[in-house]
Amino acid sequence: MDIRHNETVWPPTWPEDSVTRVPYWVYQDPANYTRELSRLFEGPTWNYVCLEADIPNKGDFRTNVVGALPVIVVRDASGAINCFENRCAHRGALIALDDGGNVENNFKCIYHAWSYDLGGNLRGIAFERGINGIGGMPKDFKRETFSPRKLRTTTLNGLVFATLSDDTPPIEEYLGAEILGRIERVLNRPIKVMGRFTQALPNNWKLYVENVKDTYHASLLHLFFGTFRITRLTQGGGVLVSPDGGHHASYTIDKADDRQSTAYRDQGIRTEDKDYTLADPSLLDTVKEFGDDIQLQILSVFPGFILQQIHNCLAVRQVVPCGTDRMELRWTYFGFADDPPEMTTRRLKQQNLVGPAGFVSMEDGCVGGFVQRGIAAAGDQISVIEMGGDTTESQATRATEASVRGFWKAYRDRMGY
Amino acid sequence: MDVGLLVTLNAAYARTIDNELFEQWPELFHEACLYKVTTAENVAQGLAAGVIYADSRAMLRDRVSALRKANIYERQRYRHIVGLPVMLGETNGAADVETPFLIVRIMRGGAMDVFATGCYRDKVKPDATGALRFVERIAICDGARFDTLVAIPF
Repeated sequence: MDIRHNETVWPPTWPEDSVTRVPYWVYQDPANYTRELSRLFEGPTWNYVCLEADIPNKGDFRTNVVGALPVIVVRDASGAINCFENRCAHRGALIALDDGGNVENNFKCIYHAWSYDLGGNLRGIAFERGINGIGGMPKDFKRETFSPRKLRTTTLNGLVFATLSDDTPPIEEYLGAEILGRIERVLNRPIKVMGRFTQALPNNWKLYVENVKDTYHASLLHLFFGTFRITRLTQGGGVLVSPDGGHHASYTIDKADDRQSTAYRDQGIRTEDKDYTLADPSLLDTVKEFGDDIQLQILSVFPGFILQQIHNCLAVRQVVPCGTDRMELRWTYFGFADDPPEMTTRRLKQQNLVGPAGFVSMEDGCVGGFVQRGIAAAGDQISVIEMGGDTTESQATRATEASVRGFWKAYRDRMGY
Repeated sequence: MDVGLLVTLNAAYARTIDNELFEQWPELFHEACLYKVTTAENVAQGLAAGVIYADSRAMLRDRVSALRKANIYERQRYRHIVGLPVMLGETNGAADVETPFLIVRIMRGGAMDVFATGCYRDKVKPDATGALRFVERIAICDGARFDTLVAIPF
């Protein structure tokens, strides 16, 4: 079968009517990338933009991007959170130049001092009436028709999401009850930010999202997972996939009967090393804080948001696409506002597991680049995603690629492939 | 404290990492210590997290055994260029010192790129043998963006 992607035919056709085959041109094609920005990130999706804890007071703001679209997220006098494009209506310059801060009542573009209220409405034009009656804007110029584009916002347990589309359903409906419940499980009270780091990854953004959803790889690639039984395929757990395929939550249950399992040794898998121990085991000193036995839960919201609980190490991650072969992963580590000092110390230590230098996440920083380089000449070839069959339903095992297939189901629906 | 001794300690530190003598790296710290890699922005905002955080010499040893045995990454090494230490004061017999650093990462393919710049904020005092060792070393990176991954300590 000839599946070569013919760039003169647009849109391209998917190689088979299946979610078990993905053509490699989706990670390489510039036209496809542009289509993703408009149809996914700027389309009917909810995109994480900040935490409510980032902007507690009136005038507090953060800047971020929704795909490639720069945005300002700000709390107004009524306590509502507004989001609008970070682009002056005049000549298109960025309005806010900082990652965050407080502006009291208005934003002012530095280029020609046009100003905007906290709702993103154009309020002031420097020398609007000219000087001594000469110059200035035309008398019939209507300020209200010139504003940066506004995004709708929604909050969910302290998370702030934004959407540019009028068609995006309410967040509860967007996520479905199962995924919603898994977010509420972790974010059950006010949080406090503990640190922020950015990881620049040498790969297409989708390779990272697939990695997050890939429950099959975790204990095979990451020795820490297998050896210290943070997550092993032989433990209890499973993967939940939303009906549209786009969102997922995978989880591992601490189960005593796995402790004697020899399944990994029998398979000759590198990531179980019984001689590998920690000189300071306090790193893995864990307390159950969510009233259940789930020791690991990784959750993703389409297209680019991740909520992570690995033992007592909590973080949100935002996937920022930067062209076909680069992306940024923005980590925000957090704890809860009522954490006692010993819990803060426990989280600080367990944060060694994640982030750019994470004992269990380090490899995820490079493995996407290995794929991106491996497929350099393979735009007309396909990857095979058949662990656990060809469906995208929730499964009571993690030896499956159901949630990766779910991603491609949602992707194809939204991209029109 | 004699600045010459601090320069010698920093030179030994850089050589230990750049020559991949990682097993000797924890020995430059006191048993009870704090080592952290973070960013200027986190420090300015009072955020305590690090990309690496160790509060014992044993945790530093675990970093080394992980990078030797556990973690998978493409072959790479560092070249540290460490500036002159500035004495900021003294608390509880330990000198407060600040020293700028620049780290070039040399990749398997031959690329030699600036990987990180920043300053070390240190607390330094002699151990029982009189050798100068770190009670605390906080590597405060100027930027917040780390390329691909951080396998080797700063």
